[in-house]
Parts: sequence; structure tokens; C-alpha cells
Amino acid sequence: MFRFITTRFLQSLFALFLVISATFFMVRFVPGGPFTAEKAVTPEILRNLEAHYGLDKPLYRQYLDYLGSLLHADLGPSFKYPNRTVNEIIADKVPVSAELGGISLGIALVIGISLGTLAAVKRNTWIDYVASSFGMIGISIPTFVVGPLLVLVFAIYLGWFNASGWYMPADRVLPAVVLGIAYAAPISRLTRGGMLEVLHQDFIRTARAKGASEFRVVTRHALRGGLLPVVSYLGPAVAGILTGSFVIETIFQIPGIGREFVNSAFNRDYTLVLGTVILYAVLIMGLNLVVDVVQAWLNPKVRLEA
Amino acid sequence: MSNVNTTFLSTALHQPIEKGSSLWHDAWLRLRKNRLAVFGLVALGIIALACFIGPFLSPYGYEDQNLELGAAAPDAKHWLGTDTLGRDLLVRLLYGGRVSIAVGLSATFVALTIGVVYGAVAGFFGGKRDAFMMRTVDIMYSLPFPIFVILLMVFFGRNIILLFVAIGAVEWLTMARIVRGQVMAIKKMEFIEAARSLGFGRRRIIFRHILPNILGPIIVYTTLTIPAVMLLEAFLSFLGLGVQPPMSSWGVLIKDGAEKMEEFWWLLVFPGTVFSLTLFSLNFLGDGLRDALDVRSSKD
Repeated sequence: MFRFITTRFLQSLFALFLVISATFFMVRFVPGGPFTAEKAVTPEILRNLEAHYGLDKPLYRQYLDYLGSLLHADLGPSFKYPNRTVNEIIADKVPVSAELGGISLGIALVIGISLGTLAAVKRNTWIDYVASSFGMIGISIPTFVVGPLLVLVFAIYLGWFNASGWYMPADRVLPAVVLGIAYAAPISRLTRGGMLEVLHQDFIRTARAKGASEFRVVTRHALRGGLLPVVSYLGPAVAGILTGSFVIETIFQIPGIGREFVNSAFNRDYTLVLGTVILYAVLIMGLNLVVDVVQAWLNPKVRLEA
Repeated sequence: MSNVNTTFLSTALHQPIEKGSSLWHDAWLRLRKNRLAVFGLVALGIIALACFIGPFLSPYGYEDQNLELGAAAPDAKHWLGTDTLGRDLLVRLLYGGRVSIAVGLSATFVALTIGVVYGAVAGFFGGKRDAFMMRTVDIMYSLPFPIFVILLMVFFGRNIILLFVAIGAVEWLTMARIVRGQVMAIKKMEFIEAARSLGFGRRRIIFRHILPNILGPIIVYTTLTIPAVMLLEAFLSFLGLGVQPPMSSWGVLIKDGAEKMEEFWWLLVFPGTVFSLTLFSLNFLGDGLRDALDVRSSKD
């Protein structure tokens, strides 16, 4: 087990290094720089700016400097927001995205697991058909269609919520519901599949034979095994809830890290782009690692394969 | 003795010949019973046909502006209304559909080619080469790919060819995994050994003997990749990074619609509905095919 975790950890570190290097060189080879947009920058000022940010040094030197400061968890200064560091910007924006993601994940898990379980227990009844259709519809209708449509109905016609913004508690409702439903759909499908497989097995029959109530059989005995596919989905899903929120944050004008990332790419804010990419990469790899370990712990077969 | 044989033969000959039923025929029969899959197939046919032929039949061109008219609600002349420049929404929707479908098919083709070749090679050779190739896939799985696609599109212009390649390069990983698993299972079978003993080269064995036997999973997964790819294209277009004006795609139309929906609801509702219906149909068809071809569902 220890060896398994170490191998996976080293693999993730290596992948992270690749991501950082690839992104670093990609942003540098792009036409246009962070200061090209500003009008009428005289050559001297440009030189001073570049000297200030170390852009006049040879590329390999900049790369090594960047890696060096990364070791101190320093993501460098932002090129576009004067006097602000990338660390500050990230610390500012991440809580917003995390709040949105957390609420959405809660919605996704509650709706997804209960619908999926219901569908599996009531297999081939109308309950199953309704729940399964929800799963398929949720998978097929993208968030950037659902989002604006809900805004149209609930914000513009009914006037229950604000169409955009992130000020009042009520502003959380629409974005969190849209994002939550998008992830509830696959979770309900996975739960249904996992539960159907488990409900066939002998130990479930034993539990029933012992006279356990159907509710107890489902919640106590079946759900543990039935949720295994959901566990492995949660790694990418949690990461996706944050990356998927590019669209949600754009639609609802939420000052989160997703929108900041897209803006920073447009602005050629090298350090901010790199910083957000590293943040996402660490997040995704960390979550995948956790999922791998949990799975290996739950299922010895996985452990042996590694 | 010979008598017995003749009687046996003649009875055998006079039995009604049972019509052979191929795997594909069986699968088709199973698929036809799946109402949702049939619905998906029919809906896709209608949408594709409409997108292909529709623009020729319409009196309006997709770029024809009518600034006097502006954005008009649906009526007898413009069935789905017009946008703020007075362009007919139906024609733009059908025309945008061509682009979306084309992007979906071409990017899927890129993903399919890379994934199948990569997976087949890894699975066929096995050993260290396989371990190295699949570890690479594992590592690539853990990369934040949507982010890279966004960076690529921001930095290297919104070039439609680049769009195919970028999306295709993201979506091949799962296909590679599936193909590898299937190839590993097939390559141990006797008919492959037979082919080998006949002296056939590796390439011939892979492409002529192994791949035709794993067409089922490949078809199923391809059907499910198309909606994923179309979704990614629309996602990029929605962020303003995909297809650029004057070209149009469903993602672009949805983006425009979302911006103007407060006054002109039809600009969002119709493109959104058609796009969702297409993804819906593709997913149902893919699911139906998976059941019909009895493909053990993979991890995803």
C-alpha cells in the first residue's frame, strides 16, 4: 500500500512538472506579450517594464528562476494587476469558486445518489424511467443552455433572483443549481448501475432472508458497494466542478478563479495563467491521487495491478 | 451403410435452410427494439438532412441582413424569427448545424485514429512498450486538458483546423484504453496464432485480423465521443474561442442568444433546443448501440 501511494505520488509530481514546463514555454512562444495592449509604450518604458519583471533575461534563466520561486510557493507578480501577486489574486478568487463548487457538489450528490438508488430499486417502473430520463437529459443539455434558460425564466420573467452577480445569499441559488444538476446526472447513472450490480448479489439475498427491512437492505448493505463507481467518478468530478465553472462564472458574472483564468489568458498575463494552471493541475492530480488510494483501499484488485 | 448415408443426406437437404444470422443483424434487431435509440437515430437523420438540404431550400442566405426588420419574433415569413441584424434564424441554425456536425465528425475522426492506432499498438506488443505507453496515457489523463485547449485557442488564433486537432488530441485517451483492452483479449485467441503461423506481418494481423473483431466497442465509443466533442466545441464557442464570425455554429448561436435573451428569447431557445436534442439523440443512440452490441461498459 505504501509503495502504491509513493509510486502514484511520484507519477503525479512528474506530471505536474511536465504541465508547468509545457505551459511556461507555451505562453512564451506566443505572439504578443503582456504589455503589447497598452498603447504608446515607449521603448525605454517597455525595457524598464521587462527588466522589472525579469523578462529581459534569457528564457532558460527565467524558467529556472520561476521554478526556484515555485519551491517557496511563490507564483510571482501579476503582469496586469500592478502591485498584486498571483498568490494574492488566487487567495482572493478561490474562496468564491470553492463556495460555488461546494454547494453544487452537495446538490449533485444528494440528487444524484437518491435518484440513482430509487431507479435501481424500482427498476423498470415509471420511477426508474423518470429518474433515468433525468440522467440522460442532464447529460445532454449543456450548462450554457440550462444556465441562460433558468436566468430567463426565474430572473427575468419571474424576478425571483438576480440575473447575475455574487452579492446576496440568493445569488448562489441559480448558479449552484445549474452546476449541481450537471453533475447530478452522471452521478445518478453511475449509482443506478452500481446498485443494480450489487442488488443481484448473494449477500443481499442473505440480508433479506434474515428479515432486514428493504430500507435497511438498501441503505446499509447495498449502498456501500453500489457507490464504488461514484467514488471513482468523484475525483474528476470535483475538479470538473471547478473547471466547468468557467462557463457558469461567465454566465452569472461570478468573480471566481475560472473567469479570472479565461481573462488572464486573453490578457497574456503570463504569471497569472501559469499560476491558475498550476492550481488546477495540483487540484486535479491531488484528487485523482486520493481517489486512487481510496479505491485501492476498498478494492485489493486495484492494488495488485499497480 | 451407404443407404443410411443417403437417407441422412436427403433428410438433411430437405430441411428448411435456417437463415444465418450475423452478429450485426442480431445487433440491428436488438437496436430496433430500443425505442429511445430508434428515436435518436431518426431525430439525427432528420436534423442532419435538414442542415444539409435546408439552406438550399430557404429563400434567405445565412448572411443576408435586413437591418430594417431587425430582430423579429417568429412568424410566417421567418419561422424561427430573425436576429438583431435581421438574419433569418432558421437558416443560420441549419448552417451552424453543418459547422457543428462537421467539427464533431472531424474531431472525432482525429480522436478515433489516434486512439485506435495507439491502443492497438500498445495492446498488441504488450510488455515494456505497453507499460510505457499506458503510463503516458495515465499521466495525460491527469492533465487539466480543457485548460490547455482554452490556452491553445487563445494563443494561436481561433483557427478551425486547430480546433479539430486540439479537441481530437483531448478525446483520444479513452478510446486508446478501450482498444488496448480489447486487443489484449483478442490477440491470445487461436485464429491470431493461425494468422501468425501463416507468416503474416504484424501490421496485417493488427489491421486485418484484430481490428475488425473489435469494431463493436469502437463504434459504440465513437458514437459517444461525437456528443462529447460537439459539447467541447460549443463550450469553446460559448467562451468566444471556437468558431469565429461570419461563420456560425450552434455554440456561437447559443452565445449570441444568451447575450440577447432578455429581449429576444427565441435567439436562445431554438438553438439551445436543437443542440440539446442532437446531443440527447447521440447519447441515446450510443447507449442503445452499447446494449445492442453487448459491449461491456468500460470504466467511464
